[in-house]
Amino acid sequence: MRYEPVIGLEIHAQLLTATKIFCGCATTFGAPPNTNVCPVCLGLPGALPVLNRRAVELAIRAGLALGCRIQARSIFARKNYFYPDLPKGYQISQYDQPLAVEGRLELGPDARTRYVGITRIHMEEDAGKSLHHGLPDSDRYTAVDFNRAGVPLIEIVTEPDLRSAADAAECFSRVREILVALGVNDGNMEEGSLRCDANVSVRRVGEATFGTKTEVKNVNSFRFLQKALEYEIERQIDVLESGGRVVQETRLWDSDLGETTSMRTKEEAHDYRYFPEPDLQPLDVPQAWVEAIRSTLPELPEERKQRLMAAHGLSDYDADLLVRLITGGADYFERVVAAGAQAKAASNWIQGEIRRRLKELGRDDMSAVPVTPEALAELIDLAERGVVSSTVAKDVFDRMWTTGRRAKAIVDEEGLAQTGDTSAIAALVESVLAENADAVEQYRKGKTNVIGFLVGQVMKKGKGRIDPKVANQLLRDALGGAASSPGA
Amino acid sequence: MPHSSAHSARALRDAIANGQLTAEAACQAALDRIAARDPELHAFHTVFAERALERARALDRSTGPRGPLHGVPIALKDNITVAGTVTTAGSKMLATYRPPYDATVVERLEAAGAIVIGKTICDEFSMGSSTENCAFGPSRNPWNPDRAPGGSSGGSAVAVAAGMTPLALGSDTGGSIRQPAAFCGVVGLKPTYGRVSRYGLIAYASSLDQIGPFATTVRDAALCLDVISGPDPKDSTAAAVEPPKFEAALTGDIAGLRVGVPRGWLREGVDTEVMARFEESLATLERLGAVVSEIELPHSRVAVPVYYLVATAEASANLARFDGVRYGYRAPDARDLGEMYDRTRDQGFGPEVKRRIMLGTYVLSAGYYDAYYVKAQQVRTLIRRDFDEAFADVDVVATPTTPTAAFPLGALRDDPLKMYLADTFTVSAPLAGLPAISVPCGWTDDRLPVGLQLTGRAWDEATILRVADAFERTRH
Repeated sequence: MRYEPVIGLEIHAQLLTATKIFCGCATTFGAPPNTNVCPVCLGLPGALPVLNRRAVELAIRAGLALGCRIQARSIFARKNYFYPDLPKGYQISQYDQPLAVEGRLELGPDARTRYVGITRIHMEEDAGKSLHHGLPDSDRYTAVDFNRAGVPLIEIVTEPDLRSAADAAECFSRVREILVALGVNDGNMEEGSLRCDANVSVRRVGEATFGTKTEVKNVNSFRFLQKALEYEIERQIDVLESGGRVVQETRLWDSDLGETTSMRTKEEAHDYRYFPEPDLQPLDVPQAWVEAIRSTLPELPEERKQRLMAAHGLSDYDADLLVRLITGGADYFERVVAAGAQAKAASNWIQGEIRRRLKELGRDDMSAVPVTPEALAELIDLAERGVVSSTVAKDVFDRMWTTGRRAKAIVDEEGLAQTGDTSAIAALVESVLAENADAVEQYRKGKTNVIGFLVGQVMKKGKGRIDPKVANQLLRDALGGAASSPGA
Repeated sequence: MPHSSAHSARALRDAIANGQLTAEAACQAALDRIAARDPELHAFHTVFAERALERARALDRSTGPRGPLHGVPIALKDNITVAGTVTTAGSKMLATYRPPYDATVVERLEAAGAIVIGKTICDEFSMGSSTENCAFGPSRNPWNPDRAPGGSSGGSAVAVAAGMTPLALGSDTGGSIRQPAAFCGVVGLKPTYGRVSRYGLIAYASSLDQIGPFATTVRDAALCLDVISGPDPKDSTAAAVEPPKFEAALTGDIAGLRVGVPRGWLREGVDTEVMARFEESLATLERLGAVVSEIELPHSRVAVPVYYLVATAEASANLARFDGVRYGYRAPDARDLGEMYDRTRDQGFGPEVKRRIMLGTYVLSAGYYDAYYVKAQQVRTLIRRDFDEAFADVDVVATPTTPTAAFPLGALRDDPLKMYLADTFTVSAPLAGLPAISVPCGWTDDRLPVGLQLTGRAWDEATILRVADAFERTRH
């Protein structure tokens, strides 16, 4: 019996505001415990929340970039539960009227383009942090740090459209990439500014209804998300195959054990008793504000990749690498092209020489490259025009990297330009032919591809400063046209 | 006699301004009066004698511009935060709690030159109509110490009625200013929801709570509202509406003013003496040129149950923060977190608060939310709509403030439903967000005061103040 998994994600992302969502306290990470606090975020009696407009703006940015409709009116609600790190005994969140709804995210395109529906994006405040260990009296007390309480979050909820653990990981990764490109979130999963929970069920292929789902928590990396889901999918299939039923529950991923364990069942689930937050007005977002924010959206990575492919004829692989794998790669590429270089050559240089050197430095961002895009364009131009050979061009690039000098200066001062002096090359050709009688013999017998070897020998003698096209032509002339030239 | 309007805030301020009196002397006089009367009446939970006198002396020394309440002592209900002073909201939970910040109204009062002299007794977290639900005790009615002063802002009403301070602030959620004002024979005003900042008011029911003044005269209430009202960036529900000058609205002229009386609602059971004082008041208004007519407010008959669903739902969340974690009472010797919560809240809250938290929790629970909370909000909308329709034909709505005069302390203690009915005529205005004032309108045979309630259009405190002032002038 074949099964398919059905997966939906809930992604919590901290908004990159300077201050908290309902008060003026700083959001800086790593401050001494309980220093970024005030009556509002400590939930002192009588204190009241006031909504941070910048947080709303960032949430709208995320909503627009994920293809959502921004609701003209959304409502904050109280989510009631007791926990020591929750100062008011309720979290201010949004419930049945979230800020953004009905979005869509594209996965791939690879073998097949898939779309993941975005059910909703709502705003909420973060809770504080309970410290159960590591303090002198941790055997008797739990300490609470409220610096994080009131930090603005968005929760992005997807439709149950994902059908594999790998797709779920790609979805999470794609959302992260978009939020970072927007300046909405810093993408830092270790510090907890981006977190993900997954709802997963399995069903027999072809079945229309969903199976019973479990919620997997604590999967804060793409790899853990994929592994946790793979584990959970297998577990659920095993339960069904052995005649059992999947229990609706919340399960915690343990990355050390490599398994999920039950945290609480549906019967133990909270009744959050949501109701509209009477301390805040409904959030009204005029369409003009939405449009103003829309006009400031940057080009998103996937859009840029598609544009690079269309405008410059780059392959999917090349464009993906420039946009996603090297930070600043696409910007650099476009500046090289803008300075007059041919796109394919620019892409090759970035992916070849530059990437190799970055790897040596242990870096993956273009800010570590000392050669400006304009300087690279100049070098590419010299190579394209045949002023230097490709071998020499790499040497020149080396020197540009270490000395910061420009390509033309290096070539001129060190006499690295290829010689176009036919008589000088002809002399080299003559000596190469004399030294390689075997190859000449083979050529004459019709094995014309040895010409490459002979050109190489001429180049070697000329220490790279010879135009290989001229060498090729002179060799062919000297060998007397026994084989037809392949149109060189 | 409990009070004399010769010691109105305005008269006191003018006497200080004229040099007849220093702020320090005025403050000392208030402290003396408290020392003489409070052992019996118990209006105050805390008195800041030193803090108040120091401030008074500083005011006397200052040569800068004088605020409209320069040197006037004022008492605050003990659910309004004053930085560094104990603020209990009438609860054991906060018996030793000292907030680190001032409520917005406190900042505004002090900027206007008022001297906060102490904190008054109130029902725990404003839940009650007699101050008997206060952990620190009831206050007593100055007209008859065996009678309840009303609640929940009972201590503030007593402080003003007994002449201890010319002004006091209370908070009104379902009648907690107007009902004690009526019981104690003083003026009590609940402003339009959003007129006065709630920042620093310990919440009972956030969509209903509103701070307002007690005073011996309508003019003092208007003066105080002038000082405390207006937009506040710290309270999103404080409307961005600049208030008018309320004191300037008191022209004494109400000729042609239309007064609506919801006769159908009043048939619910009003004490005969209270009803008699009410009819006399209507006659007085007519003599002043007002036109009295009958109106319908059909849904106000169910205002009490609607109120007890909405208010308790909000309270169940508002009071969740009292968990023993960060401040306030924490039960000793709990073995784990659950036990700490259970014991802290069991020992820290009184029975009425627990009753309302449980009711509110139930109202919001899965499966009951639509039947109770949503339904109550729908009826709340109908109550508001009734008023909107009525205000097409009339300018103010008049009712007795309470169905009876002050009841004996202890009489309703064990009968919460009967206690809730003391709010019959006062819960509609907060549910509809409207301003309402209680102004003294006579006495029962037992020499207990009776209050006339006037409810106005949203943001139109000016009209109810003008009517109440014109009415009050006929009685002095």
